[in-house]
Amino acid sequence: MKLLGISGSLREGSYNTTLLRNVDAEIELWDELKELPPYDEDDDVNPVPPAVARIRAAVAGADAVLFSTPEYNGSVPGVLKNAVDWLSRPRGEAALLNKPVAVVGATTGMFGAVWAQADLRRILKTAGARVLESELPVAKAHELFDDDGRLLDEDLRDKLQEIVAELQAQVCADLVAA
Amino acid sequence: MTTLTTKLPTGTWNVDPVHSQVGFSVDYLVGTFRGSFSPVSATLEIAEDGTAVLKGSAPVAGIKVQDENLQAHLQSPDFFDAERAPEIAFSAADISIEGANVVVDGELTIKNITRPVQLTGTITEPALDAYGQTRIGLNLATTIDRTDFDLNWNTPLPNGEPALKNEVTLTADLYLVKA
Repeated sequence: MKLLGISGSLREGSYNTTLLRNVDAEIELWDELKELPPYDEDDDVNPVPPAVARIRAAVAGADAVLFSTPEYNGSVPGVLKNAVDWLSRPRGEAALLNKPVAVVGATTGMFGAVWAQADLRRILKTAGARVLESELPVAKAHELFDDDGRLLDEDLRDKLQEIVAELQAQVCADLVAA
Repeated sequence: MTTLTTKLPTGTWNVDPVHSQVGFSVDYLVGTFRGSFSPVSATLEIAEDGTAVLKGSAPVAGIKVQDENLQAHLQSPDFFDAERAPEIAFSAADISIEGANVVVDGELTIKNITRPVQLTGTITEPALDAYGQTRIGLNLATTIDRTDFDLNWNTPLPNGEPALKNEVTLTADLYLVKA
């Protein structure tokens, strides 16, 4: 499975990016989210901005996408919503259409970005993706990783792998159906 | 003018896709939202002994509404999941006339989920059109619960009520031409 990881946090030491690095499978981490221009329908014409073309190609070429989102003001960071907006168009042939995707999230607070994860799932469904219902709230993230970025909580590690396995099952189901 | 029939007209009757309409309507916010399925395939076969079979189908890709964003959303796994369930199908082998109405008991398949449904409506007597073809009109309707077919999308209104009702009315206004 070609798995693409997209972290909604741009920060160098991001817990969400670190969480994606703990996936025990081959995963390409997208690190160009900051280069995406704000969505503008006037710019959504051929040729689209290079950063848009790159992320659309990356998502279209991936078998599945795993998003990890922090929670800003109770929801998804603007950069991540902006990426979904670019990836949801053109309608009917968008990179996200029918793409198996899953959402996890980490915060230093008590709740592990549950609202942001729920919002991101809803947004991704509207964008046309095949969204897993599973969630992985990683709360108090600053206490959960060692100096090498390894996720120390075994239950959370298992749950993360389960979500990746669920994505794999979706990808297989599509291959069988095709 | 059309006259309703009291006896199922024997023969094989194929849908005239140009004049037929198959649609849905569902309460949304303050009104009724409508869409259509096209092209529709349908055949009604009525044997001499009165036994009848009605079969119909429509591609999910042909669901039409008046907004391209919604049209794309309807194709997605959030609604009809066109990739995995490309066709909507109906079949019935229990068709009878009860008074002025025709009653059709059959099975409807949406999103690869098959459920029994009963449609009621009217069927006309055969009539010759201006081009030498014999036609009948078959008008049917039923109400389904969309969540029975895994069409679960909704969003809450400020008052807590869901924006989209689960009851969906399906209507088929079919022009059928004798083969």
